[in-house]
Parts: sequence; structure tokens; C-alpha cells
Amino acid sequence: MRIEKHPILEFQKGAKIKFLFDGRELEGYAGEPVAAALHAAGVRVLSHSHSHNRPRGFWCAIGHCSSCNMRVNGVPNIRVCIEPLAEGMVVETQKGRGRLDV
Amino acid sequence: MYKTEILVVGGGPAGLAAALAAAEQGAEVTLADRNSDLGGQLVKQTHMFFGSKGQYASERGISIAKILKEKAAATGKIRILTGATVTGYYEDKKVTIEAGDKFFPVEPQRVIFATGAQENTLIFPGCDLPGIYGAGAVQTLMNLHGVKPGNRVAMVGAGNIGVIVSYQLLQAGVEVAAIIEAAPRIGGYYVHAAKVRRLGVPILTSHTVIKAHGNHCLEKITIAELDEKRQVMAGSERDLEVDVLCVSVGLSPLAELLFQAGCRMGYVPELGGFVPFRDDCLETSVAGIYVAGDAAGIGEASAAMVQGRIAGLAAAASLGYGKDTFLEKVTEAGRELTGLHGGPTGEKIRTGLAKLTLLAKEAV
Amino acid sequence: MLSKTGVPTREQVESVKPDRERLARGPVAVIECFQQIPCDPCYTACSRGAIQPFADINDLPRIDFGKCNGCGLCVAYCPGLAVFVVDETYSETEALVRIPWEFLNRPEAGQKAPGLNREGKEVALVTVKRVQPSPSKNGAYILWLAVPKELAFEVRSIPVK
Repeated sequence: MRIEKHPILEFQKGAKIKFLFDGRELEGYAGEPVAAALHAAGVRVLSHSHSHNRPRGFWCAIGHCSSCNMRVNGVPNIRVCIEPLAEGMVVETQKGRGRLDV
Repeated sequence: MYKTEILVVGGGPAGLAAALAAAEQGAEVTLADRNSDLGGQLVKQTHMFFGSKGQYASERGISIAKILKEKAAATGKIRILTGATVTGYYEDKKVTIEAGDKFFPVEPQRVIFATGAQENTLIFPGCDLPGIYGAGAVQTLMNLHGVKPGNRVAMVGAGNIGVIVSYQLLQAGVEVAAIIEAAPRIGGYYVHAAKVRRLGVPILTSHTVIKAHGNHCLEKITIAELDEKRQVMAGSERDLEVDVLCVSVGLSPLAELLFQAGCRMGYVPELGGFVPFRDDCLETSVAGIYVAGDAAGIGEASAAMVQGRIAGLAAAASLGYGKDTFLEKVTEAGRELTGLHGGPTGEKIRTGLAKLTLLAKEAV
Repeated sequence: MLSKTGVPTREQVESVKPDRERLARGPVAVIECFQQIPCDPCYTACSRGAIQPFADINDLPRIDFGKCNGCGLCVAYCPGLAVFVVDETYSETEALVRIPWEFLNRPEAGQKAPGLNREGKEVALVTVKRVQPSPSKNGAYILWLAVPKELAFEVRSIPVK
């Protein structure tokens, strides 16, 4: 799902790194949005609606809506479309509205 | 307390142009943007811009973002805050900014809101399936982050964003099955439509998507033809196998901060939703608060840059900066804006602006 | 119809076509811009004064075919990718058509490719004669296609892939 070559654009990518998605090890590039790395890895279901548990993907990709909220490093409701990916990040599908556990 | 002469909220084409114009007149400016980089949606726009030299016509959006950023830096008078979200406007004319782990108040003498817009959604059975994305979102994913949205895409909406993103999908090596438009006519510029058409992409006017199918993710959509009353024609339903549906059915101005600031607002469908009343210099009903770009009414980025320039010049002039050149510069910008909104494609915007003026008179 | 399908009508295409005499004199720009939009870079790009000044930025472009030498600068700078250069003097049987090109499929000179019309339908097999980096230096190219002469005003693209 990566664009290897583009007629107009050159993509500046960070270092290739590993992260965990629901316990599964995936690869992505440091600094790119978590959602981009997940999408490139074929993961399109990012969250579920609260009432009917319907699968949801991203919608706006610029941090405006809340369709891509996930649990990142234990913190719920992270907009993964604008959250930069980092080595060893733990990304999880969120169940419900999220707990702060503080 | 963080003090600044002019605070510009939003670093897209309008905000960058506003900050630049004000700083060039000698004002001290703070430009705050919630994204990690300036440029707004220009940073993903690979197409060449329309307009004229004054709006960088023929340059790609991505290049215009670079040019504006370099010019802004060169003034030495703009403090740039990225990753900085303006969260509120208070009664004592202070705003609050959240930037990473910092949250602080700012006391500006003038504020220019260039907050932009958000993509509209379309409601139909299955419309929330993963794989159904905003067209702008897909543009971000593909042109900024280098990731394809899927293998085969259908586009809903043949406005400029719909036809432009369709072309950009083809550039990224993604198949575009069809562009589906409920109106009987293409809304975008016909030259953009012709670009995708000659590459074999069907543009189905008077068509709509009536259902999305898929188990967890989008697998198929059902489309149908519409009659003159925009009712589905019986028997015209057919399926398109696509794994992505881009929704490009218009934008809505981001008006929350303008509401908070107490600006007199009006709902103007031609301008995309709630927009503030403003005078010719883009000053709202609240003295010292200006608006520019999509927040002032949905339009093209070329016009947004000119609006930004006008607001920046006016805000600076109101603080005593560049008074000798103000009239000349603002007249030229006004002339450009009139031109950009002047033709048949600007009719909707002109209608919207006229309504706003009428409402403004009524309000007085 | 253009507004319904994105394909200009025969009448529209005829209306921007240079006359037979001009076509017999060599390369010339054909501006397939049929809608008044706020845009004038074709005029500012033209170094020969062939494309007339715009009284209103929403005017349709007007070209003096007598002054145009088919240099192709307007092909490079038209944001709508709506300008083509047609040279019907290329050979007995073929015309040379220059098209703007922004895709990864970058054929090599000498290569054959399907020639597509304005609806994206294959109407001929064309030969790519030259792959010219666009004078606009923005990553685009201009493809010079040798097409059957009778299709000089039909072929407007090659496939993306």
C-alpha cells in the first residue's frame, strides 16, 4: 500500500521501526502518523462505534474528527491520524470510551 | 503574559498570506497552527493553481506552501507556533493556546481567524464502513504520507476536490472506477474533469451512492441514477466493486472561535455554513477581529490568499503600520479578489456574499 | 456534453481549431479551454504575444494563431493541462501532438502506445517521439506523439499504465 514512486512527489521517510498493534508486530516509519503506518500494513479498522460496535476507519486524516481514536502506549482517545509513530509504540484497539487509570 | 500585536490563527494559505502581509507592513505577528508544519492543506496539493501571478498561478500547491513559508521566515517579524491549538477566546480579548504539554494565555491586539474548513459527510446505509473516507483525507494519506488508500476507488462528488483528487489517485497508481455526482452538472472546473475523462474515468452526473456493502471494510457500493427531482430511478441500481469510497461533498467553515469571540454570524449555504459578517477589509462585527480563507466562506485557495493579504494589511494599518502604502496595496488586492470571484464560477460566492451584506444591513 | 461528462462537444473542439492554412504552416497551440474560470497563466507564459491580454481574468483565452510558433510554453504553464500543440506538417501521414504528462508511466522515445481520445477510448496506436521535461520545471513532462494525421484533433492522451 506504499507509493514506491510518484511522478511529482518525493516522500521523506524516517527510520524504519517496529511497533505493536494489538500484540502484533508491525513495521512503519518513525514520525509518520500511526494511522498511515497501520493503513500501509493493511489495517483499516481502527475503532468501533460506542453504541453498536460498528467498525470505523479514519475519516478526516487531519486530527479534526474522532473516528480514529485508539489507545497508544496506554493512553486512550489518541487521534492516530496525527500521532507520530515511534519505535516500540504500543497501539491498541480501544474498547469503549477509554479509561484514564490515573 | 505572552503579548503580540497580531495573532493569526491558522497557517494555511489565508493565514500565511495574512501574517506575511502584516509583517511586511512592519507589524509584529504571531502565527499559530495546530499542525506540526505550516501550509494547511497546500502541503498535499500537487496540482497547479489557477488564478493569476499575484496568487502564484501555475505553481503547484506544495510549492506555494514553501514559497509562503520562506517569505514568512524572511520577514523576521513572525513568531511561528506549530503544534499550537488555539482553544478559546475570552471576554477580556485573550486567547488560550495548547502546545504539546504547555497551555498558556495570549494577549493579542488584533486577531485574524484563518481556521479553514472541515469536510462534509454523506449519510447513506453503510456510510461508516472503513474504506469510506473524506477525499481530502485520502489526499493527505497519499500525497503527504505516501500511502495508497486502496486499490480501486469510487469518488462521490465532481466538484474541484473530487475531480482533482481523482486525478491524483491516478498519479499514485490507484484505479478510479467512477466519479459519481448527484447534480446534473459537474461542479468542478471542466478542465479538471477533462483531465480525468481522457484517461478513461467515467463521470456519472445525476447519480448517487445508495448503499455501501462490506464485512468490516468496504467491498462494494450500489449506485443509481437520479431523475430531475433527484429521486432514484427504479431499475437503475448497479454495483461497483471498490475498496475505497472518497466523499467529496463540500466543506464547512470552522467557525467555533468566531462564535466564541462574539462575532455576528450568519448561515449562508452558498458559503458552506456559518460565516461571520465582515466589511471589505475582512473585519468582523467585533472590532479588531478579522477573518480570511475558508472560515470566511468556502472558496478557492487563490482567493483565500488574497483575503489573507487584505486582512493582514488592514490589521497592520489599524495599528499604525504601513499607512502610506495601505490604500494602494489593499486596492490592488481588492481588485484581484473581485476578479477571482467575478466570473460564472464565482456566482455562488457572489450570491453568498450579497446575502451576508444584506443580513449585515438588517442587523444594523 | 462537457458539463455532464467532462468531454467537450465537436462544436467546442472546432471552435478552437486553427484554420487549414495555419495548420499547413507548422506547429501551433490549441487551447481547449471552454469555461470561463479565473485563470490567466497561458497569457503570462506566452513570450510571443500570441495569447491576448485578459481584460477580465475570467475571459476565455484568445490566441492569435499568426503570432504563435508552437513553442509550447503555454502547454507547460496551463494549470488545467488544457493546451496542446499540433503540428500537421510532421510527415505525409502523421501529425505531431504535444500533450502535458504527469504520470509515472514515462515512455521512451520510439515507443508505441495506445492513443486515447477525450473520452479515454483507444483510437490509434501512436509513437512517442520525444519525452521533454516541462519548461515549468515542476516534475511534469511534455510528450510528443506522432499520430495519424486525421486524428490530430482526436488523440489527447496515452494510458496511465
